[in-house]
Amino acid sequence: MKGESVIKVENLTKTFGDFTAVNAITFEVKAGEIFGFLGANGAGKTTAMKMLIGISTPTSGSAQVAGFDVFTNPENIKKNIGYMSQKFALYDDLTVKENITFFGGIYGLSRSKIKEKRSELVAELGLGDIINELVGSLPLGWKQKLSFSVALLHSPKIVFLDEPTGGVDPITRRQFWEMIYKTANNGTTVFVTTHYMDEAEYCDRVSIMVDGKIEALDTPKKLKKQFKAESMNDVFLKLARSPIDN
Amino acid sequence: MSISVQNISKSFKDKTALKNISFEVKEGELFGLIGPDGAGKTTIFRILTTLLIADKGTATVAGFNVVEDYKNIRNHVGYMPGKFSLYQDLTVEENLTFFATIFGTTIEKNYDLIKDIYIQIEPFKKRRAGKLSGGMKQKLALCCALIHKPKVLFLDEPTTGVDPVSRKEFWEMLKRLQQKGITMLVSTPYMDEAALCDRIALIQDGRILQIDTPQEIIKHYPKNIYDVKADNMFKLIEFLNEYEYKYSVYPFGEFVHYTDKREDFNPKELYHFLEEMGAVNISIQPTKTTIEDTFMELAK
Repeated sequence: MKGESVIKVENLTKTFGDFTAVNAITFEVKAGEIFGFLGANGAGKTTAMKMLIGISTPTSGSAQVAGFDVFTNPENIKKNIGYMSQKFALYDDLTVKENITFFGGIYGLSRSKIKEKRSELVAELGLGDIINELVGSLPLGWKQKLSFSVALLHSPKIVFLDEPTGGVDPITRRQFWEMIYKTANNGTTVFVTTHYMDEAEYCDRVSIMVDGKIEALDTPKKLKKQFKAESMNDVFLKLARSPIDN
Repeated sequence: MSISVQNISKSFKDKTALKNISFEVKEGELFGLIGPDGAGKTTIFRILTTLLIADKGTATVAGFNVVEDYKNIRNHVGYMPGKFSLYQDLTVEENLTFFATIFGTTIEKNYDLIKDIYIQIEPFKKRRAGKLSGGMKQKLALCCALIHKPKVLFLDEPTTGVDPVSRKEFWEMLKRLQQKGITMLVSTPYMDEAALCDRIALIQDGRILQIDTPQEIIKHYPKNIYDVKADNMFKLIEFLNEYEYKYSVYPFGEFVHYTDKREDFNPKELYHFLEEMGAVNISIQPTKTTIEDTFMELAK
């Protein structure tokens, strides 16, 4: 992985009352990297991600995302990243075409640019037949692929994906990962969370959060070596034993 | 038979959720419905727990017909829906007492059944259910579904969105419950959990693709699978997809699962092809079939 760091995080911390959700995490992510952000439920992944996408102010520490500071410049972060939430966030009552147009407008793309992007998406995802269908009527796999594409409409430097493949069928899950590879290959950084440990193997580097801290961070190959484990699933089982929530 | 489903169909407006589904679950069996979101798993659960009436077909649970004897079924089954459905404003203890009372029993009477699970959440028994972590909510829901000592337990996607550690523990709990003689129907989108069931039905788009033990389902896979590896995964998948004799190419963790169209496939030929394409550090090894391979083959 070459290129500059597009995410720089140092001692980033978030507390809620006397509870420390994210405890002084430090890491960097390079341009074009696929970075897997793993952890057990309640380990602090979502809280950390919310700070990185500029919608939650950290308690202490520092972080730059796409060159902007999370404390002083969260609005610019939002303009330069894409985000696909765990929960489906497109409009069920709008058609595929209307959703693309709507989100293109939100991201400030010109009409001609939206049209161009829409044709690109239709060709790439094979949306020709369903372009005028309501998004609510699409199967989950299609919805997820469409959400991902919409998150990339404004050509962001980084795209954040929060459990994009939960519950998706195995074939679509793999098609989704081919989209991720393609995106990273085009130079966009991919920051992704997942509970599928086979997907952790597809990442360039992986961090594992346990109780608010990053307990491991390396390539899947090196993590397996470090923990003398056969697979990422074993690494995870060895590490993520949370004493509080069991 | 503990559960018997015969030729069940169900549609919602113009959308067909289940197409002529049949399967049986033996007493004491741990039976898995394996399939992605939208396959029809929840509709099956709702029909068997008497919350929904099928358009066609019949079904019995614990010997009772799901339509005529629905009241008897409700007394003899436990149901843990996919969505957390306990009272968020009641405490852990209050929720459990509530469910025990509804079924005319007490926590003490059936405590032995839930003890293993309940002691893990007991330290938080004064906490409101809405304030529990995901893992604890799930354990409480299981306790509430068990408190009347059901003959049959229905678990709709109990591990979806749950991390691998908690998933493993949840399945260990199910195995212990099975030893107490409870029949279980459990659904999951995680293919690796299929191997933990006695028998499974692979289901997609409202149809059952196959029913058998996990071992038999794997045995019926028609091809030899090879683990292929090289330095750049993205390029490797591209190269394999360009190979004229490829039958299927699916990424599987650190490897790509590759099958070939030919009966007399020689891995050396593929090796040379990949080498010519520019792949580095190539390795090609025969590997074992998984449920996920089978599912993808059947769902094609």
